[in-house]
Amino acid sequence: MDTQKYVIRQISIFSENRPGRLAAIAHALGEEKINILAFSIAEANGFGVVRALVDHPEKAHDKLLSLGFNVAFTDVIAVKMKDQPGGLYEVAKILGDAGVNIEYSYAYSGKEGAVLILRVDMVEEAIQKIKTSGATLLERSVFH
Amino acid sequence: MFWDKKAETLKPDELRELQLKRLKKTLMQVQNVDFYRKLLSGAGVKASSVRTLDDIQKIPFTKKQDLRNGYPFGFFAVPLKKIVRIHTTSGTTGKPTVVGYTRKDLDAWSDLIARNMTMVGVGENDVFQNMVNYGMFTGGLGFHYGAEKIGMTVIPSATGNTKRQIEMIKDFGVTTIHCTPSYAMHLSEIAEEMNMSLESLRTGIFGAEPWSESVRRTLEKRLGVTAYDSYGLSELFGPGVAFECPERDGLHIWHDCFYVEIIDPKTGERVSDGERGELVVTPLVKEAMPLLRYRTGDITFLIEDGCLCRRGQKIARITGRSDDMLVIRGINVFPSQIEHVLLKIPEVGNQFMVYIDRINHLDEMTVEVEINREFFSGELADLAKLQKKVVKELHDALELRTTVKLVEPGSLPRFEGKAKRVIDRREAE
Repeated sequence: MDTQKYVIRQISIFSENRPGRLAAIAHALGEEKINILAFSIAEANGFGVVRALVDHPEKAHDKLLSLGFNVAFTDVIAVKMKDQPGGLYEVAKILGDAGVNIEYSYAYSGKEGAVLILRVDMVEEAIQKIKTSGATLLERSVFH
Repeated sequence: MFWDKKAETLKPDELRELQLKRLKKTLMQVQNVDFYRKLLSGAGVKASSVRTLDDIQKIPFTKKQDLRNGYPFGFFAVPLKKIVRIHTTSGTTGKPTVVGYTRKDLDAWSDLIARNMTMVGVGENDVFQNMVNYGMFTGGLGFHYGAEKIGMTVIPSATGNTKRQIEMIKDFGVTTIHCTPSYAMHLSEIAEEMNMSLESLRTGIFGAEPWSESVRRTLEKRLGVTAYDSYGLSELFGPGVAFECPERDGLHIWHDCFYVEIIDPKTGERVSDGERGELVVTPLVKEAMPLLRYRTGDITFLIEDGCLCRRGQKIARITGRSDDMLVIRGINVFPSQIEHVLLKIPEVGNQFMVYIDRINHLDEMTVEVEINREFFSGELADLAKLQKKVVKELHDALELRTTVKLVEPGSLPRFEGKAKRVIDRREAE
């Protein structure tokens, strides 16, 4: 199975923890007509990392870089969930049973259902297990 | 290679005996200066009350401001007709400081330069281009006469017209250069632009401003030289006070001509060997302008280990100015120490800012440092690890717990000229 097509590039942006940083990032992406599908902020001691799943990762990366932001790509996977009670459990159980550890995760719920974005320690393993269990993974090609 | 082997390798007891003899002579010489007559009588010190070298501690310090107050000739201990040259130091604030030399002073000074240059292995087979200001600045004529003394072929090129400087290095087969490290950097860049390789160069002598080990590596690579640090100040003749030997691990200061003390800049008390503090020098052979316990404002420490070259005790490369020193929870901290720590951590940049606050009656130091663009992996955990690493390295170097803030690349202020990296907010309380 070609697992690579399910590996999605999240953009990770280093940000100081002070007012206006998220606005600056969002403004830059808006200007480039880049749509943010999902995002989260992870905070540590005085700084944070903004993680975002966008429709044009390459464009977003270059734009932010040109503005002086510190940006990196991080590989994640995205699993479709049922937008109903027990939906998250189904996906989490597959990974738990397979011994795949979730480093962090965030989710969004849209017109076409809910999507769980996962950063895991064993990407290949996770993709295989999720596929064989019958759940649906979003493909990289969804993002340009 | 030695220029004056006996003087350069005196045994400790011989050295002390010579220093005491010369100190006593200096005490007689300063009697010709109003300032010192008053200073000594005010402190109740007579020439006869200095019996041992340690007795020098009874004498108050002389500061830069004292010299300024003496403008123009207040510190001359000989009549003007005996003065054969005058230099001044650049006065950044107020009047410049005037220094004068008798014929004997000029001879003693060029002798020290001769020691230094012989020590790094240059001599009459070398062609020397002296690329510093030849005007009132002591670096030009100071090196010039020392280099002539050892028989080098001297090119008094002074500063400016970098392309011409490069052509001369090539056309005259220059082996040895002297300039500021920043000018050397500029020279190497222009040479690269001109597509000129400077194959004849072997030795670079750099001084008059502080420079780091990473600058040394860069200059050595770009110019193909071995780079030596040169230290001096006009009040102590000029360049030539201390110099690196081929070991390049500290600078030999010429103890037969300069009595060295290292003090805590806040208390004025001597610190122990190996401890950092301000360099205080009593020149022992100056005739026109003798000084007692002159506070250089430069921060260094005495290196305990002896040197393979058998010369006297070394001082560490200058790591800052005493005016920049901070006292945090009773511990002396120099911004240069922080810079030194950061230079060793490739994941962070070299720019930094330090903030000092008093929180619940305790001093707290916060260091802001930029993360290096290439290092960012996108993972929060890596950043947290880096933050801890910087805290630990700073703790090891300063023996102080600090708060480290990682900030975005390019976000800290860049300074042209004198950097103002420390903001002490404790007064506001």
